[in-house]
Amino acid sequence: MDQLQNWLSDNKIPIGDWIAEFVDAINGNGFFDAVSTGLGALIDGFTNVLESVPPFVLILVIAVGVFVFKRNWKLSVFIALALLFIFNQGYWTETLETLSLIIYATAVCMIIGVPVGIAAAHRPWLFNALRPLLDLMQTLPTFVYLIPTLVLFGLGAVPGLISTIIFALPAPIRLTHLGVSSVPEPLLEAGKAFGASKSQLLWKVELPHALPTIMAGLTQCIMLSLSMVVIAALVGAGGLGVPVVRALNSVRIDMGFEAGLSIVVLAIILDRICRPADADKRKV
Amino acid sequence: MTAVEFWGVDILFGGGSGRPGTPAAQALDMLDEGRTRDEIIAETGVVVGVKNANLKVEEGEICVLMGLSGSGKSTLLRAVNGLNKVTRGRIMVRHGDKKVDVASCDAATLRVMRTQRIAMVFQQFALLPWRTVRENVGFGLELRGMSKAERNKIVDEKLKMVGLDKWAEKYASELSGGMQQRVGLARAFATDADILLMDEPFSALDPLIRTKLQDELLDLQKQFQKTIIFVSHDLDEALKLGNRIAILEGGRIVQQGTGEDIVLRPADAYVKEFVQHMNPLNVLKASAVMTPASDMRKLGDAYAIDWQDRRQLTLDADGSPSSATIGGVSAPLVWPERDGVEKARSGDVAVVSPSMLLKDVIELRQITGNSVVFAEQGKMVGSCCEEDILRALSSDAWRETRAAS
Repeated sequence: MDQLQNWLSDNKIPIGDWIAEFVDAINGNGFFDAVSTGLGALIDGFTNVLESVPPFVLILVIAVGVFVFKRNWKLSVFIALALLFIFNQGYWTETLETLSLIIYATAVCMIIGVPVGIAAAHRPWLFNALRPLLDLMQTLPTFVYLIPTLVLFGLGAVPGLISTIIFALPAPIRLTHLGVSSVPEPLLEAGKAFGASKSQLLWKVELPHALPTIMAGLTQCIMLSLSMVVIAALVGAGGLGVPVVRALNSVRIDMGFEAGLSIVVLAIILDRICRPADADKRKV
Repeated sequence: MTAVEFWGVDILFGGGSGRPGTPAAQALDMLDEGRTRDEIIAETGVVVGVKNANLKVEEGEICVLMGLSGSGKSTLLRAVNGLNKVTRGRIMVRHGDKKVDVASCDAATLRVMRTQRIAMVFQQFALLPWRTVRENVGFGLELRGMSKAERNKIVDEKLKMVGLDKWAEKYASELSGGMQQRVGLARAFATDADILLMDEPFSALDPLIRTKLQDELLDLQKQFQKTIIFVSHDLDEALKLGNRIAILEGGRIVQQGTGEDIVLRPADAYVKEFVQHMNPLNVLKASAVMTPASDMRKLGDAYAIDWQDRRQLTLDADGSPSSATIGGVSAPLVWPERDGVEKARSGDVAVVSPSMLLKDVIELRQITGNSVVFAEQGKMVGSCCEEDILRALSSDAWRETRAAS
């Protein structure tokens, strides 16, 4: 028994070494530096654009924009008040940085996640192959893949963005898959019976039916990205996570709650904006 | 002209394409050996949906596929537009001057057939819930690539046809079941396809609405003369709508023919069972119950037209009814088919064609209080008194006597 134990502990499978070697191997050819510089410039650029607008003008633009799209003045007033609260607490710049990071992360997640989800819904083998990978992405502690992203992309917003994407991407994939694969058979048959081609079937039957589920995926994706702001701050991503981390290090209850509440308020705003207006009439 | 022809159609589920070596091929061999469905599923795992179906559907007729659930009626219907794959055999659908085998044609041809030749109405309506009624009706045209303006013109016309023009901007879920199926009908009619496949379209509706929609369908059919293949499990519905009825059992067509054929000459016990549970008044014609001229008693120059010899009929030299007496008193002859039923009064003797439905004969008998006389091209061919009707309805006698003749 002891011998077996010794043998097992002496012959450790070098998984950690393999991954470290792999990361070293792919690093250092300039590719990741280029990606890092490019993405960093995009994120900073967008943040700068947001920051260059006077806060009250930006709040007004957002409130009016929400009214134009949602036709709901109560929601517009609520969002304006919520943004004024954040401004009042003194976290305006951080909020803009976080917003920029979330918009990029969510956009990338949806651009990758929706097509992958559709492909997986059409090919059961693909979904079976993806499932363990998606589970891994969602359950692996974020700090673990923060390290290689840090090595590959250096400090800054980009490793934060990549980690956020890894963490949030499974949500749109899973929900798109769910929405597309749950289209009732009679609707698909109606499409086929009237001569829909494969792409017409996708655009006129499958996607419209899956749209509410895909939108739920979008909302989840945003919420998951928001939950990563503190961790992203640890690798220098900036935003609302920074004051939270600083408050933790210096035991500042006041600062912790101010920044934390700002994150919550931002989450509520984004959730209300993304929630579909009135889906009740169209229910099956 | 024949619109759709089924030539030896076998439809199997599972087991691949039916090429040599696949379980489906083995199942086909077993089918040819005359093995049963259960034996085939036990040995090969292949489910036999339809076996060796041969059927011709003429242009402009309603052909009803009838059977219990699992009899293969829907399976056969759905093969016509390729929703179910045919394992062996052909389904020839007329397309212009050519005939297209939808069982073996390529995807592009199938698509042409689906967008232009064949439309479908579904049991559960299958409307797209995120579209308005208007957008649903225009669905087929949209798939064909028609512009919105052109589409809306046709859609409005079809919505008016089914009486839903005021509901165009509503969503399907805001409509009742009967209205939803009207949208389904309008959607099928909108593509202007000549062939309509209707998969138990009225089964999900309550009986009153069902009857109403059946009547509406018959009206539309009078106007548009489509070729309709209609699946039903209800013999009364089949008899009401169908010019031709095919009865399926266990994937086989066990009998096909007109409604009267099926009711009067059921091919086997299964069909007989169906027939026993239907209302014969809707299909039986007077000819099935009348006493033919050759069997009528002669009393001198006159024929007795009841069993008591009280009512008598005299013919002229051409053999057409010329006068009638009731208990020795002369009674007027009326021709309700020529002059209208409202002309018939109590005490008259009505002369009608033997192809009149039995239920209408009974009504005439009620109005006049006398036996009804039947004439074909002016010549008296038979008569029918109360006792004839009662005897026919009280037992299977009519079925047996007619089957023997």
